[in-house]
Amino acid sequence: MSTIPTQIASGSASATPGQTIGPFFGYALPYEGDADLVPPGSPGSIRLHGWVYDGAGNPIPDALLEIWQTDADGNVPQAEGSLHRDGWTFTGWGRAGTDLHGHYSFSTVLPGAAGEGRVPFFALTVFARGLLDKLQTRIYLPEHPANAGDPLLVSLSEDERATLVATADATGLRFDIHLQGDRETTFLNYG
Amino acid sequence: MTATTETQADLSAEIAKIEADAEGQTQEGKPSRQPLLDYPPYRSSILRHPTKDPRHADPETIELWAPCFGHSDVDPLEADLTIAGSNEPIGERITVSGRVLDGEGRPVRNQLVEIWQANSAGRYVHKREQHPAPLDPNFTGVGRCITDAEGRYRFQTIKPGPYPWGNHINAWRPAHIHFSLFGRAFTQRLITQMYFPSDPLFALDPIYQSITSQKDRDALVARYDHDLSVPEYSMGYSWDIVVTGPSRTWTEPEEGDL
Repeated sequence: MSTIPTQIASGSASATPGQTIGPFFGYALPYEGDADLVPPGSPGSIRLHGWVYDGAGNPIPDALLEIWQTDADGNVPQAEGSLHRDGWTFTGWGRAGTDLHGHYSFSTVLPGAAGEGRVPFFALTVFARGLLDKLQTRIYLPEHPANAGDPLLVSLSEDERATLVATADATGLRFDIHLQGDRETTFLNYG
Repeated sequence: MTATTETQADLSAEIAKIEADAEGQTQEGKPSRQPLLDYPPYRSSILRHPTKDPRHADPETIELWAPCFGHSDVDPLEADLTIAGSNEPIGERITVSGRVLDGEGRPVRNQLVEIWQANSAGRYVHKREQHPAPLDPNFTGVGRCITDAEGRYRFQTIKPGPYPWGNHINAWRPAHIHFSLFGRAFTQRLITQMYFPSDPLFALDPIYQSITSQKDRDALVARYDHDLSVPEYSMGYSWDIVVTGPSRTWTEPEEGDL
């Protein structure tokens, strides 16, 4: 039986540090149906997609993105089954690797607000070769009336805010991610 | 992969300078993020790290909950990486086990743990892998499990080998197992690497050294655990993982909480 370090028992444990996902996750973490929170093309489904870029504007072909969201009614899903999707249960979580062109794509539904006056968004985690730890942020919905009162969006400059709001396109939403550069995505900490 | 002319000595000098600078910062009361995202000795990080500090956000409801995984997601056999083929994989059989805990020391129960690793020759089953070491038809190097009521995970596998990579001339990664973890909340998501005790490559490796404090680096090194070794069969390593970040408050203590 392993022992528990004393600093944990005292309630002040420091986090285990992260390390890069590296180049070889592609045969381990992606799985069939990983990016399909709902079946593509099903009623109410949208595509959430975009491209991931480095600081030179080149696409990143070895990034892994994960989204976590409320359902269309604003409820937090607590159903298991993300790894073996049954086509009916909405688990609220999905994973998508980027392709050779740096493109990712999810099939999902628009998240609902978690309560009156609350702002719906997709919670996003980004991993990539060359990125030494995870990055997390939010994907807000375009022109949602509650965005104007969101404490985070209000605290950002116009340019920063623009990096966190998706744009509508023919199939749903587009959201590009820039790890670095003029259009660097605003990333978050929650501490 | 572009050819590099930089030697290990060049890299080691860069590593030493950054660590010295980081120690100075800590003394000024500004502990660095671990690992540093802007860490030029890891060449691939140069264009892939944000240049701005992350912005603070008060977590919203969805961020205080974690995605839910369970026994319908993972077959218990996925925790044994030695049964993928019709024969035993080549290498040193090991058991790796430990607990996933949050910052308050509470076990992270019924949560997904994913691992991936090279085989005993240092080769990954991956189409982009260039290292001319042998593949092992009996080893894929991928495992999953769900933590138990104490937050414990347990994998049966073989010890991975070190492998060369193109960061600089004669660059070798210390042997490691990649771990992917979900805590009690979205904010606690973690992907990291577990290393083995006393690896001679530690001092030379820019990915491990991107964590500039020895104490924090030590947190990624498993402990040889003789009680986990199985007589006449396998060696044991223990490694506990702490995932931190805001989560929803607990209104009642759970059975077995510390």
